[in-house]
Amino acid sequence: MITIIDYGTGNLRSIENMLRVLGYPSVISCDPHVVRRAERIILPGVGHFDYGMRQLRERGLIDALNDVVLTRSAPILGICLGAQLLTRGSEEGNEPGLCWIAAETRRFDRSRLPESLRIPHMGWADTEYDASHPLFYGFKSIPRFYYVHSYHMVCDEPGLELSHANYGYRFVSGVARDNIAGVQFHPEKSHRFGKVVLANFADWNLGKSGDSRS
Amino acid sequence: MRVIPTLLIDGNGGLVKTIRFGKRTYIGDPINAVRIFNEKEVDELVLLDIDATLNARGPNLHLIEDIVSEAFMPVAYGGGISSVSQMADALRCGVEKVVVNTAFHQNPGLIGESAARFGSQSVVGCLDIRRGIFGGVSLMTHSASRKFQGDALRIAEAWCSAGAGELMVYSVDRDGTRRGYDISALKQIAERVEVPVIACGGAGSFEDFVSAHDKGNCSAVAAGSLFVYHSSTLGVLINYPNRAELDTKVFSKLLCNQ
Repeated sequence: MITIIDYGTGNLRSIENMLRVLGYPSVISCDPHVVRRAERIILPGVGHFDYGMRQLRERGLIDALNDVVLTRSAPILGICLGAQLLTRGSEEGNEPGLCWIAAETRRFDRSRLPESLRIPHMGWADTEYDASHPLFYGFKSIPRFYYVHSYHMVCDEPGLELSHANYGYRFVSGVARDNIAGVQFHPEKSHRFGKVVLANFADWNLGKSGDSRS
Repeated sequence: MRVIPTLLIDGNGGLVKTIRFGKRTYIGDPINAVRIFNEKEVDELVLLDIDATLNARGPNLHLIEDIVSEAFMPVAYGGGISSVSQMADALRCGVEKVVVNTAFHQNPGLIGESAARFGSQSVVGCLDIRRGIFGGVSLMTHSASRKFQGDALRIAEAWCSAGAGELMVYSVDRDGTRRGYDISALKQIAERVEVPVIACGGAGSFEDFVSAHDKGNCSAVAAGSLFVYHSSTLGVLINYPNRAELDTKVFSKLLCNQ
């Protein structure tokens, strides 16, 4: 069972819909007790960084998430804002993030973008990925994913980078460490490419040797 | 560049296509159309309920939910949205973005409120523009049944500084005519704002997409007739080019392909 965290941001229904079509049961919850017992977690999110962190805190979800992800090592996938929340913080706001991934979230650097490119970055982008990570098993060609964001993650070390895409410049579009992964793109809105990633997440078995990264 | 089918739904939940926001042709069942667009892996969909504001009602949430439940691409919904709570309802149904025209003209404060709540990327301002006989551009509201006094460029700028993450510019007098986008209006607006601009109204061919991008400075192109009618017979045919076709006929011809 996959628990989709409801903290008042973003489009949970799309994720639930895609998981349903793929045949994986899911539950949407904002209850810290349910979250604490979760086997597998998706942290979705669209919106403002500070709003997201405050909503998590007000619902008592930060402690629950720390418990289930850090102590019980349940696999978690952050999507879009949910991925950015895994970092220490964002230029978008002042709230600290969950600090699970040694990275920051920064605004697209206008000075590095050609004038024709707008912010937010909205659209499909070919995405390079770390083929050794279970989330990206099974792709035979470069997948395309849908992105909608004005901010992107910047990792302290390359070992935390899971995927990359280009928008004016190459940016980190996915991060991962151990049982934690986050993607800037929206798998739930990325047709068959997204289905592969969500199915891989649902099947991600940390017990298998070689599956977990240090 | 994103290539986006625009689907218009009426008060009965049917899929229709208009000409100049007037004469309507019934196209079919929107859910079926979305299923086809889903199979064709379209970049994105815009779904507009063209009767909601006219009939002074909010979005038909059940219909939206049914339509998007199997749409595995981003969907923007517009029609009848006049409050943050209606936006929250629509987003909860499974759409990624809300498209607002009339309510942003009437209550510009709503733009900032909604951007703060959902993030700019979920807030699409739609400018319905109509070119008069002397070439001037008027702003229209309520499915183009009313005129709004104001300067399109200034309003575009104000909406974006208030927090709109994207602008859709819908040419009323070109809607359904297939005579090409209003490139000069698009260009003027796109040059005034930082956010992506979606061209809408008038697309008749893939060349129009290229012009909207290269000459109109638009980041996305939307089209209705082109994707719901068979090009030569004008019979109903839900269609969308495949990746290879888009590459050769559109993307490879763009000056700067992003």
